[in-house]
Amino acid sequence: MIRTAFSAILLASAAPVLAETHSIEPGEGAQERLQEALILAQPGDEIVLAAGRYELTDGLSLDVDGVTVRGAGMDGTVLDFTTQAGAGEGLLVTSDNVTLRDFAMENPKGDGIKSKGADHIVYHRIRVTWTRGPHPENGAYAIYPVESTGVLVDGVKVTGASDAGIYVGQSDQITVRNSIAEANVAGIEIENSRNALVEHNVATRNTGGILVFDLPDLPVMGGGNVIVRNNLVVANDTPNFAPPGNIVAGVRRGTGIMVMANEDVLIEDNILSGNPTAPVMVIAYVQPFEDERYNPLPRGVVVGENQFDGGGYDPQLEGGEMLKAAFGGALPPVMWDGLGSLYVTGDTPGWTLNLTEQGKGLGDAQPAPLSAPAPESEFDSSGIGAPAELEARLAR
Amino acid sequence: MAMPPAMPEPVNDEAVSGPGFPRLLSDYGFFNNLQAHDVGPGVYKYELNTPLYSDGAEKLRYIYTPFGTEPVADGEGLLEFPVGSALIKTFAFGEGDERRLIETRVLLHRADGWLALPYLWNEEQTDARLAIAGARIDLTTPRGEAISYRVPNKNQCKECHGLDGEVVPIGPKVRNLSADWFAEHFGEVPEGADQLPVWAHREQASAADAARAYLDVNCAHCHRPGAMASNSGLDLRWEQDDPKALGIMKRPVAAGRGAGELLFDIVPGDPEGSILLHRMLSNDPGVAMPELGKASVDVEGTEAVRRWIAGMEKGE
Repeated sequence: MIRTAFSAILLASAAPVLAETHSIEPGEGAQERLQEALILAQPGDEIVLAAGRYELTDGLSLDVDGVTVRGAGMDGTVLDFTTQAGAGEGLLVTSDNVTLRDFAMENPKGDGIKSKGADHIVYHRIRVTWTRGPHPENGAYAIYPVESTGVLVDGVKVTGASDAGIYVGQSDQITVRNSIAEANVAGIEIENSRNALVEHNVATRNTGGILVFDLPDLPVMGGGNVIVRNNLVVANDTPNFAPPGNIVAGVRRGTGIMVMANEDVLIEDNILSGNPTAPVMVIAYVQPFEDERYNPLPRGVVVGENQFDGGGYDPQLEGGEMLKAAFGGALPPVMWDGLGSLYVTGDTPGWTLNLTEQGKGLGDAQPAPLSAPAPESEFDSSGIGAPAELEARLAR
Repeated sequence: MAMPPAMPEPVNDEAVSGPGFPRLLSDYGFFNNLQAHDVGPGVYKYELNTPLYSDGAEKLRYIYTPFGTEPVADGEGLLEFPVGSALIKTFAFGEGDERRLIETRVLLHRADGWLALPYLWNEEQTDARLAIAGARIDLTTPRGEAISYRVPNKNQCKECHGLDGEVVPIGPKVRNLSADWFAEHFGEVPEGADQLPVWAHREQASAADAARAYLDVNCAHCHRPGAMASNSGLDLRWEQDDPKALGIMKRPVAAGRGAGELLFDIVPGDPEGSILLHRMLSNDPGVAMPELGKASVDVEGTEAVRRWIAGMEKGE
């Protein structure tokens, strides 16, 4: 006998359906109601989160392409993870063409919003806050797109991350702009990524403002084609509160814009003030490594015209006091370790450690004023930044 | 005239292969008697040599393949299942009269790929209902620890079962299934079967084999290329033999505060100095590994990993 009657929710349908809006209110059962909406949404649907505070105990996840999650503003809709009991992040996105906008997330136990392998994602006016301020037990990353092509982060605000506020890793075609990163270890970090544009952001009270890193032993390496321009990088003077195992635990308090390894990075038209170790730092990867695919040197890094208010007036560097004295009271604004290739436009003063070997520490350092050549050609900015299609989504 | 014996009802193939999400576990007809898990035709019980730890839950595992088909072994990895197959896993806690079925997870092999669905057992223990958003249940583990047990939501199923964008089974790998099981059900034992040590007898295996089997089964569905934790660069599969990929003297990438005060995933000879063990020993979300399906530390598993790391030559 074949049973033919059974109850089922018929969902899988080949016929195109009209996009729907699913409205969620805070209150009893919000966890299940919101998660169910995220699961049952169809491509093109919008999930609207009414204003209010949502008490959530578990991480949320979205795995449907083309969904928009929209709140009533980053101060109106708050997903509160203070009592989170499980999962590694507040919200995990694993589908493409997702738009997240106009809501806040507070005190996730791990990362805030992680999107992995989620191409063409937009983060717009999202706030992620660890409300107790800098603390080593805060989550690592607030906004965390990784292994994705097409990332637009616009108008977000991140505070208190124990690693990076906005962290884009192993991705391509990225724009991070109009955002505020405050009191994180790293304000904004672009890691092992290509074609990234970082502009019109405010990075303040972090340990380091904006970092562009390339690290070994990762599936995606060879970071480069990065532009960091028109950012306000001020008063990044919070003592490093990262757990010691993290790569950013080595970032010195008072670092403005830092490039480690990478190829073809342009730093121009930024305003840098109150970054007491180094307003701009360009160095090779500092650890020994075995990965043969990896190039540890910064290559083709260009420091264009930037506005500096002072240099390294309180450097967290070995022999800092002596160095300061040698340079007349403060270190010049651009610091280079002497490895790889650096170009500097105009008369921006700098200094170099004159290292000759990567991964050997500072023992052989012979600090001296920097005389870097001017760029040989105009920086090639083609293909840098998020695809225009992501931009168009902001208007909706 | 004597009545012929009642024929067991066949599995409802439409529920397995058709569209939609059946609401009740009983809709599938995998069991003649659901509560007793008395299997119907085409449903085979199986066990794994080294199982996945799930807060000490007792696990009842079954394979269903449609009439006239059977799973195919191709190498030592996952068995291949024809479309229309299902994997069924029930989680239970408590002994004897106290035993309660908590949840049953099904993996359905449909024409467009595998679908993972969680079912939550009712109070009366008569059936289990689809719980697409998951649930939390207070219970006590066999070690007497009171925990908030997490039934995963449908998306969380995919976090572990996702590989290269598809949902795939994890458990029934040829190397982790016994030769006896193959012989009993299919009449022959495929090459590569029965390699992982039987967990209950792990003291007869080398420290490395016991730990590597544990990591393969408990961690490598995420920590491998193409899976959820691929970006970490850590690859804990049984077949991986590059020490750096296995975490030996490998620096963490995106561990955040999960790394604690430590610098490397595995420091040979120094289990306490190894991030891998540190995270396995934690229950704090944001630190704890695995991120899902664990509310209590696995004493046996962490001990096996500790023994392996402790026995590694320093400076290896």
